[in-house]
Amino acid sequence: MGREQQQVSYTVKQLVSVNPYNPDILSDLENYVNEQVSSQTYSLDANLCLLRLYQFEPGRMSTPIMVQILIKALMAMPASDFSLCLFLIPEQVQMQEQFKTLIVLSHYLETARFRQFWDEAAKRRSILEVVPGFEQAIQAYAIHVLSLTYQKVPRTVLAEAINIEGLSLDKFIEHHVAISGWVLEKSHGHSQLIVLPRNEFNYPELKKHTTDGVPFEDVTRIFPILS
Amino acid sequence: MASSYDYDDASLDSRYARPPSAGQGGAGTDQGYDPNFVPDSVKTFVVHLYRHIREKNVYEIHQMYDGSFQRLSDRMFRESPWPSVEAIAPYVDNDHVFCLLYREMWFRHLYARLSPTGRQRVESWDNYCSLFSVVLHGVVNMQLPNQWLWDMVDEFVYQFQSYCQYRAKLKNKTEEELQLLRQYDQAWNVYGVLNYLQALVEKSAITDVLEREKEGLEQFTATDGYDYEGGTSNVLKMLGYYSMIGLLRVHCLLGDYHTGLKCLAPIDISQQGVYNVVIGSHISTIYHYGFANLMLRRYVEAIREFNKILLYILKYKQYHQKSPQYDQILKKNEQMYALLAICLSLCPQNNLVEENVNSQLRDKYNEKMTKMLRYDDEAYAVYDELFTYACPKFITPSAPVLEEPLTNYNQDAYRLQLKLFLYEVKQQQLLSGVRSFLKLYSTISVGKLAAYMEVDEPTLRTILMTYKHKMHAVDGDGKIIPNADVDFYISEDIVHVVESKPTKRYGDYFLRQILKFEEMISELDRIKLD
Repeated sequence: MGREQQQVSYTVKQLVSVNPYNPDILSDLENYVNEQVSSQTYSLDANLCLLRLYQFEPGRMSTPIMVQILIKALMAMPASDFSLCLFLIPEQVQMQEQFKTLIVLSHYLETARFRQFWDEAAKRRSILEVVPGFEQAIQAYAIHVLSLTYQKVPRTVLAEAINIEGLSLDKFIEHHVAISGWVLEKSHGHSQLIVLPRNEFNYPELKKHTTDGVPFEDVTRIFPILS
Repeated sequence: MASSYDYDDASLDSRYARPPSAGQGGAGTDQGYDPNFVPDSVKTFVVHLYRHIREKNVYEIHQMYDGSFQRLSDRMFRESPWPSVEAIAPYVDNDHVFCLLYREMWFRHLYARLSPTGRQRVESWDNYCSLFSVVLHGVVNMQLPNQWLWDMVDEFVYQFQSYCQYRAKLKNKTEEELQLLRQYDQAWNVYGVLNYLQALVEKSAITDVLEREKEGLEQFTATDGYDYEGGTSNVLKMLGYYSMIGLLRVHCLLGDYHTGLKCLAPIDISQQGVYNVVIGSHISTIYHYGFANLMLRRYVEAIREFNKILLYILKYKQYHQKSPQYDQILKKNEQMYALLAICLSLCPQNNLVEENVNSQLRDKYNEKMTKMLRYDDEAYAVYDELFTYACPKFITPSAPVLEEPLTNYNQDAYRLQLKLFLYEVKQQQLLSGVRSFLKLYSTISVGKLAAYMEVDEPTLRTILMTYKHKMHAVDGDGKIIPNADVDFYISEDIVHVVESKPTKRYGDYFLRQILKFEEMISELDRIKLD
């Protein structure tokens, strides 16, 4: 079964790169969306191809498929896939209830309003449940934004961002201490601080100063002089 | 050459329902235009052009195509079409391919000087289909100037865009026009357009050629795509090359920026290449590349490329003053300044814009840029205005629904892109305020900054995270690219500001001085003092 699935997605990828402007592949692409959802994989190119074909053949648009594509795009954040998909969906369609909900959710994520996001997501479980892995993907995005911003983040801020509290949060933090190099500290006010791993965004000293580097070819120009 | 026009092309209305061969042209055609009358100068023109093509004399072809054709058009065909292809065919041995080429020029002239009727648009589509089919079958054995080959692809995409606009305005169409749309529903269909461009790219194997060139196995850029020695045809290869740019353009018109950039990917725009040999292709490439990056939020990349091309145009536009492309060059120039103004307002940078370009930019848009940075209602109006002025003419690709009620929906695509763009601007509303504060401090507590910005602490934290998110774009490989000139990090409760200062290029400076002194020393050594 797994082998067959692999073959199907290989064929779809080929279709998208070799013969994308062809209405006959529309149903293959729709099946592929369902497959992405069930096997927790993702292909922006294939989904954009499908949205383009919907543009060319508005009569064949499928709202459930488009909703799935948008949810998958949300899960790809911080990449701007969600906007890329919206550019291809007609305005009247975006006025429909499900699309408006997703746009609101995207807005909260884009503006780092995590508390509002999780509140709204809880109210719209039915729409989001169809795509497994949604929660984890958003939590990964939240941690990404925190890692860009903080060297040391207060526990409360982390809790709000990933929507986990109490014992589950303890376990979550433990897991990342082991796997991702997080470190626990006590702040002045005796509340927990999580020290996030160093990267060039929260530790600017680490930013490679590429502009001051000199390309090797230029240095070779003075080799005759040096010898 | 595609003529520039306002967003809503006013000249596309239903007055020109009759084809010119009926003799009674609309206001655009000269009274008494006889398609069968061939003036002597045209006779000479086609005979010579035909001969030069057969002899593969690319230089002469270029002179005739760029020079004589324009001069004759100006002198004799200001407001009427050239003689019909049937009339000139006898002078060129009824050569099939030459006639297709002539017809392509014929329609291009019509679009530029007059207004095509619905029927003429369909006929032009047929001509392109025949022409491209012949090329794709590999039976065209000629070398044509790059300018001509670029113009073909450019015009093909332009006529497609124009047709989509035309058929989306149904309200005032006559019954005859509607009947034409029903009958020729395959004309300029989006699948056809995209598949022809794709086929040209594939059949020419141009991506392989470019790959092999990188490894030094093939000459392409060095000879501008021509084959001076062997004289093999450059038509398919160059049409394939230019079709990559054509695909980028069509995808931008559809709103699919990601795929557009992918289509352009085989061309490395950080290097000189065939794309900048013809100025029209250079400008079109960078304009669409920059626009796509703007919509993908890769502001720094867009600014860099706009800066380069605007500097180039500043330096070299004087050499193109006499060329028929001059107006279009100027128009795109102005549009790119507008896009640059937008990018710099969304993502202020200090060192990416060259001095002369910057002073031009300030001349044109200083006031508007100040307004945009304020992010109030007036600011959105300015963003709206500049976007509308500078954006491509987005299209609705699907076939029209030709039943009542007939509406004009040609602006729908544009309105969607504008709406989403302004939505993005709105999301970045508070970032400008953060930036100004960050520039004033090296460290500041979250609480104090929140007080200054008149928001509560949790809100400030979200604003700071938004700043970080928006100022770090994700490129095609999934890498995070920082875009901001002012950056920060938070340690518990304190915001530490990091301003990226332009690093002095000591290494470069020392190398230059070393070489200079070495030269001086060897010169001195040569002087013999007696």
